[in-house]
Formats: sequence, structure tokens, C-alpha cells
Amino acid sequence: MMQKQLLCCRVNGEERQFAVAPNRLLLDALREDLELTGTKRGCDDSSCGCCAVLIDGVPMLSCATLAVSCEGAEVTTVEGLGAAGALDPTQEGWVECAGAQCGFCTPGFLITTVALLRRNPNPSLDEIRDALSSNLCRCTGYMQIYESVKYAVEKHQKSTPVPAGTAAAR
Amino acid sequence: MSAADHNTATIGKPMPMTDARTKILGLGKYADDLHVPGMLTGRILHSPHAHARIVSIDTSRAAALPGVQAIATGQDAPTPYGILPIGHDECVFAVDKVRYVGDNVAAVAATSAEIAEQALDLIRVEYEPLQPWVDPEESMKAESDWIHGSRPHNIEKEYHHSFGDPEAGFCKADFVTERRYFAGEVNHAAMEPHSTLAIWEPDDRLMVYSSTQVPYYLHRTISEVCAMPMNRIRVIKPLIGSGFGGKSEVIPIEIAASVLAKKTKRPVKITYTREEVFYAHRGRPRTIVDLKMGITHGGKITAVQARVVQDGGAYCGFGPVTVLYSGALIGAIYDVPAVRFDGYRVLTNKPACGAMRGHGTVNVRFAFESMMDELAQKASLDPADVRRTNLLKAPCVTVNGLRVTSYGLPECIEKVVDRSDWSKKKGKLPRGKGIGIACSHYVSGAANPIIRSNMPHTTVNIKVDRDAAVTVYSGASDIGQGSDTMQVQIVAEVLGVRPERVKLISADTELTPIDLGSYSSRVTFMVGNACIDAAKKIREQIFAAVAKKFGCSPSELVSADETIYKRDDTRMRVTFDEAVVMAIEFHGALVSQGSYAPPEDARGGKFKGAGVGPSPSYSYGAQVAEVTVDPETGHVRVDNITAAHDCGKALNPLAVEGQVIGSVYMGFGQAMQEEMVWNGARLMNPSLLEYRIPTTLENPQIECMIVESNDPEGPFGAKEAGEGSLAATIPAIANAIYDAIGVRLDTVPFSREAVLEGLRKNAGVTPKAKAREGNGSARAVNAAPCSNNGESQK
Repeated sequence: MMQKQLLCCRVNGEERQFAVAPNRLLLDALREDLELTGTKRGCDDSSCGCCAVLIDGVPMLSCATLAVSCEGAEVTTVEGLGAAGALDPTQEGWVECAGAQCGFCTPGFLITTVALLRRNPNPSLDEIRDALSSNLCRCTGYMQIYESVKYAVEKHQKSTPVPAGTAAAR
Repeated sequence: MSAADHNTATIGKPMPMTDARTKILGLGKYADDLHVPGMLTGRILHSPHAHARIVSIDTSRAAALPGVQAIATGQDAPTPYGILPIGHDECVFAVDKVRYVGDNVAAVAATSAEIAEQALDLIRVEYEPLQPWVDPEESMKAESDWIHGSRPHNIEKEYHHSFGDPEAGFCKADFVTERRYFAGEVNHAAMEPHSTLAIWEPDDRLMVYSSTQVPYYLHRTISEVCAMPMNRIRVIKPLIGSGFGGKSEVIPIEIAASVLAKKTKRPVKITYTREEVFYAHRGRPRTIVDLKMGITHGGKITAVQARVVQDGGAYCGFGPVTVLYSGALIGAIYDVPAVRFDGYRVLTNKPACGAMRGHGTVNVRFAFESMMDELAQKASLDPADVRRTNLLKAPCVTVNGLRVTSYGLPECIEKVVDRSDWSKKKGKLPRGKGIGIACSHYVSGAANPIIRSNMPHTTVNIKVDRDAAVTVYSGASDIGQGSDTMQVQIVAEVLGVRPERVKLISADTELTPIDLGSYSSRVTFMVGNACIDAAKKIREQIFAAVAKKFGCSPSELVSADETIYKRDDTRMRVTFDEAVVMAIEFHGALVSQGSYAPPEDARGGKFKGAGVGPSPSYSYGAQVAEVTVDPETGHVRVDNITAAHDCGKALNPLAVEGQVIGSVYMGFGQAMQEEMVWNGARLMNPSLLEYRIPTTLENPQIECMIVESNDPEGPFGAKEAGEGSLAATIPAIANAIYDAIGVRLDTVPFSREAVLEGLRKNAGVTPKAKAREGNGSARAVNAAPCSNNGESQK
């Protein structure tokens, strides 16, 4: 077994220090070491997007990221979306428009959508399709996911812009 | 309860899923999210051979590896099992021989996944390879080396049915066509890989959390294989990352984890890799359909004949049911006077097929609806008109004895025709653009249970105590389709309370009464009716107490808006909380039990195989697809699909739309890009990278229109919504491709090569590339001379 090393990073706004083996995937570190099981494993070849998290605001696949590479980074998982006590508009959209059926792909879609709306607060349908093509959903046929995103866009436009999932938002 | 009873408060209104919040917060627990102290990790050793005798297994080196807690092989659990009573042919670990690449040979429980995997490498298995059977038509001819000794010539089951007078029907026809169709094998590809956590309890009980659609059948099977009484086993279904049928049989890890937990007396969790999901499989079989159909000049179908061969894989699974469904629903959507069906479920050395969304009906419906389009063209009729011409006159009984109680297909056809501007587009679009129509249907639950009995198919209990909370205990398995929400809505509606007051405890064999599971689209119809039954019994108890206080008859009372009041004097009212206290004083704590079993006259005929197909009610759907075909590359883009679905009554339109669109999406995937590709007996694409389910980029715009035919026996008139639409998508696309370029495609998925081949043929050019099997095999003729002019038909 490889010698573990100490990893210091911020996860969902909190300082975390824990020991991980150099070959440990961020996905396993999140799910098993930090018990943040919201991030899912749906495949073994980085094709489904269920494990997406934000690393310093950029959506990344945690199944293709070594945990040790997150030294000093800000990691946001689905559990860290939204401000304290309030849902992110994206999450609200997924509830109201039935973006989630079985819900297994939902965390990855939420992460991808939050990142999309930060860089493009008013995306067209084509831009939504393009951004979400990194994630697979087997239940919805995507139509209610587009509705969920549109709900979040409208909600974003109405509310005070608080960047979701950042330390400032907690 | 009919829809006309009163204006509904929650029924028929879009309602977000009751479990949506826990899912979007990332807090919901799926099986692989569970972790308990002392938990071991299990891994499975799979066979590298398609068909081989096991000569010896040496586990000694693996057992010596530090951290390995137990190794299990066939000797540890030799009791065969299977979802059907007639198909107990698989053991959790192969006992004498392996039957497909990926078959289960042994399992290890260790203190970490890494150690478990190292241990698998240390297990030595000596095999003696046997002749593998990979092609079903070759397999059927096998004289030796049969996959199961008890199944001569590798035929799992064959059925031969004839209804009406098919010979006379074909004689009556003005146009007859015959064609061979192929459909490739597809997998459910549910996003959650299967996972099971089995916990051995200190009092020698077993608790199993598993990603299952059928907790009750799992409960039974663990009991049989682990030789423990059911009352010492508890099965709990946590959140499920969807199933589509892939979790509707007992899957090897569920037994493997149980066996290892019993052996180690510790918790053992096993989660499949995505590759293992493809070996566990149970998907839609590769199917060969030889179809013949006759119609009159006016477009009326006179007879249909189908020979169906399903490449079932190495074990029985749901196989006989799958092949029976492929026949039973041929003659049940339209008024077909005569049907002949020959169905073969064939064993091959590949992962076992099973139930997948639209179970058994999808590939035959593709053939049927494609051929209708072809015959319409030969008769110079509008394909939509041909479908109108052949409608059933419900209520009725179909030629094969299926009872039709409600029938929204006519309205579905009109809706999609109107919405798509069909009459302006069909045959009138520029070359390369096309439009196609097709219909489909499905059962709202099987009228006969898998294990025949007269017991209810589902039971629901309700408890209301002094806190006035309404707790529903139901065995039904929500796998993402929203059945928990449906039950909450129904109970709230009947009791006249807000849905927030209703708490559902579901799918835990220790707490909830038995429900047969989430398969055959049975839950809304059956569990919904049981919920109405149970809630009405609670309401009766409450009304009795309130009526006593008001000095009136219970029949004068109404429950709505969280109050109970007199219908003709609304000043006489009490809140629901007050009424519950009154009733408790009157009765003691309120409890009730509701159940459902399909009526006797819905259970079908008496012939061999008659048990599959009958349902208390059927859903119907019609779809129009529009495509753009590039004649240079053969690329087909599906631009949009308009789907109308008769779900009886949309209890929750938000959920119904999600189910219908999801079905269309899955049909689109099968039509255009999904296929399990084999090199002999080896699966070449067991991953989501290479087994390509559609992303947002390929997926067409899909619009869902709901049709409500108000079934007389459905809960508030409801029928199924989760499967029936899938089957129409594939032929709607095929027919649109024909409209675009004049090429009939008979092999699913529709490939660019087949499109180009068809275009070359049409242009009269000798094809350079050999077409995929079956292409262009149609034989369409005017009806052959016939001594019998069909008088016998009358």
C-alpha cells in the first residue's frame, strides 16, 4: 500500500485536512473519507458525468482527478450548493420541473449547470444542450432538465446575484 | 373511484416528487452510499470462457492473503434460482460449468476493495472449454453440448398460437407483405450500477439493502438459496438509480453479498463496475421477426403472422414471459381478426436477457408498424388513415382474449397528426426530409402474478394516530418513476388533506406489506387502487365519529381542505386534526388495510401461455417523428418527436410527461445508436463510452401530449405511463426515413451503411458493401391466388 500523505483543501467552504494515498481518486476521497456520498459513480471511464464537482469553480470529473491534486483547492460538491438554509436556483429548478427522476445523475447535472450559469447567466437552448452534453441521464430524455435550467435562469435573474457554492455564500 | 366523484385537490395537478429535495441536496442514500462499521468489500470472479466445464477451483492462495475474510464458490450456495418458477436454472456461482463470458465463478470478501481484487487474481480455476453457441438460429440446431442439459437443442421455450383464421385472412387480403426484421440487443444502462449491502445481525438475522425493483422476490430467493426462513431476512430498498427492468430479477451480487455476509457474520457490500452491469444484463434480446401481414384495398388488416426468435443468453430469467409478450400484444392494439404466432426463446452463451422497458413488445411493434406503413404505401393510403381504419371498438375483447376497458388511441392519433401538421407534410417534404407515424401500447400491470396465487398483488396499510399524521406503509418500489409521490397524492386526495401530512414508508419487508414490485408498469394501477381502498377505510372511521357528533349520516359528510364538513351545511365542520381525535376516542388508533387483485375476467384465456398479456387495462400511444437524412453520408438526424399517450388519467402530469418523454428517449437510443456488439461470445462494448446512450446533443426535441381515457377500473381513471410509448418511437423514425429517402430499414439500430445501401439499391447501382443481415429481404405481392376467398372468415 502506498504511503498516505496529508491533503489540505477547502470542501464546501470548510477547511479539511486528511490523509490520502497518492493514487486515491477525488471521487473515493469525497465519498469514503469525507462521507460526501452525493457525488456518484456511474461508470468507470469518465463518460457519465455523475461524479462532477467544482474545483476552484471549474466543473471537473472527480473520477478522473487525483485527490492529492486538490491541495489548496476549493472543492464544491452537490452538498455545498446553495447558501446556508437556501437552495441554489438550479436545485429549485430541478425540484419544480422534475429534472430529477431517479436522481442518480442529478448531482453531476447540478454542478455542470451551476458552472454554466456562472459563465453564461442567460444561455440559449443550444448552449444548454452543449454544456450538458458532458452528462448522461437515462430517465428524463433531457426535456425536463432543460425546463429545470430555464427555471433557474429566470430565478437567477429575479434574485440578488449571490454566487452559489462559494465560501462567500455561506 | 371515478374521476367524476368530485373536483380533485391534488390529483391531476403537477406535483414535484416527494423525494426531490433529498436528491437535489445530495443527501439521499442509494445502496452504494451506505456504509456500516466493520463493513467488508466483496468482488466477483467472472468466467473468461463462454462455455466451459469447471474442472477445479483452488482458492487456497487467495484465502491466505491477509485481509481476505471469506471466499465463496458454487459449493457454498448450490441451490438454483430464477425469477420464474419454471426457470430455476442459475446458481449464484457456477457449480459445474460456466455459460457466458462474465458468468460468476467465485466471490471474495475482504477488508478493502484492493485486497479483494488481489485475491481474485490468486484464485486458480481450471476450465475445459466446450462448444459455445452464439447465434440463436445455429443454437436451435445444436445436437450436443447443450447449454442446459434439461433444454434440448438450446430452446428455452417455444409457443405456437393461432387466433381467428389466419389462412382465410391472408386469402381475403388485397395486399400481402412478408419481411424479416432484426433488432440488436440493448441494455437498460440505468445510471446507478447495481449494489447490495448485506448485514449479518447478531441474532442470526440477515438485513439486505439492495438496488432492486422487486424486494419481495429478492426476499424469497435469498431465503431459498441461503436456506433461511423469510422471517429471519429483511430486505430494504433504498433510493434506486433507476431500473428499466434491469433490477427486476434477482441479480447475482444480491445473493453473493448475502452468502458472504452469512459466511463472515459481517456486513458485506458489493457494487458492480459498469462492465459487470453489462454481464448481469437482463436487457432486451437480439430479436429476429419474420412478419407477414395482409390488408384490403381499404386498409383493413385481415391477418398477421409472426415468427419471433429471441437470442436469450445463457439463463432463463424472464425469457418465456418476454417471448410470450412479443406474441400476446401483436393483435391487441388494433382490430386484427386473425393472428398466428410462433415464438422461440433460445439459449446462447451470452449474458442472460430479461425484461426491459416495453418488455417483449418493442421489437415486434417495430416490425408491425413498419409493415403497416409499407402496406399503406402499396395500397396508396395515408398511413395515419390505415391506423384509423383498424381501431378497436372498445370496450371489447381482442382476438386473443385480452379485455380492453378504455381506449384512447383514436385521440392519440388525432393529436399527433394535428400537432405535426401531418397532412401538409406526409409525402410532401423535400427529398431528405421525412415524417413518419407509429402507434404502441402496453399493459398496466400483469393480471397474473409470476408465482400463481389468488393472493392480492399488493397491500397497503395506513396508520393515523393522535398526532394526526397519516402514515402509509407500502411495499411498492419507487425506482425514480415517482410511485412514492403517486401514493401520497392518492391518500391525500381521498382523505382531503394536504400531501405534506402524508408520510410514506415504502419497500421494507419488515415494515411494509407485500407488493410484487416495480415491473410491467403495474404500480400506479394496482398500488394506486390499494391506496384508495385503504384511505377510504380510514375515511369511513373518521366519518363515523364525526357523524355521531353531528347527529347525521356519514354519507352526508365530505373531507376536503383539511376539514370534515356536512355537504349541505358547511358550517358544520371540524378540522382533520379534531376529527382524528374524535375517531380515536370512538375506535382506538386508526389503522386500515387496502389491497388490489385484478378482476377474474381480466386474467385471460386458458391455453398454454395465456397468462402473459392479460392486464386490467392497457395504455396507448401514437407518435410522429420528423427526420433529416443526408444522402451523401447516410446520416439520419431525428429533428423532433411528437408523442401522445393515453394514460387514462394523469394523476401527476409532471410525472407522466417525464415518463413518456423518457420512454421516447430510450426508443430513440435503440433506434439510432444503441447496440451491444459481439465478437463471437465476447461483448465488445461493455462501457458507457462505447455503448452510446444518447446525450443532449443527439437527442431530438420531444413533445408529450397527454390523452385521458378515464379507465373505469383505474385509480381515478389512471393507467400506465412509463413504458407504452417506447415501442412507437423506433417505427415512427423508420417510417420517417422512408418518407425522406424511399428506403425501408429493417435492422435496428438504423445505420448509415444501411441508409446508403438502400439509396444505392433504389438508384439501381450494384451495392459495393454487403448490406447488414436481412436488408432488402422483403417480398411484397398482390395476394396470391387462393381457393378460399375468405368466406370462412365470416
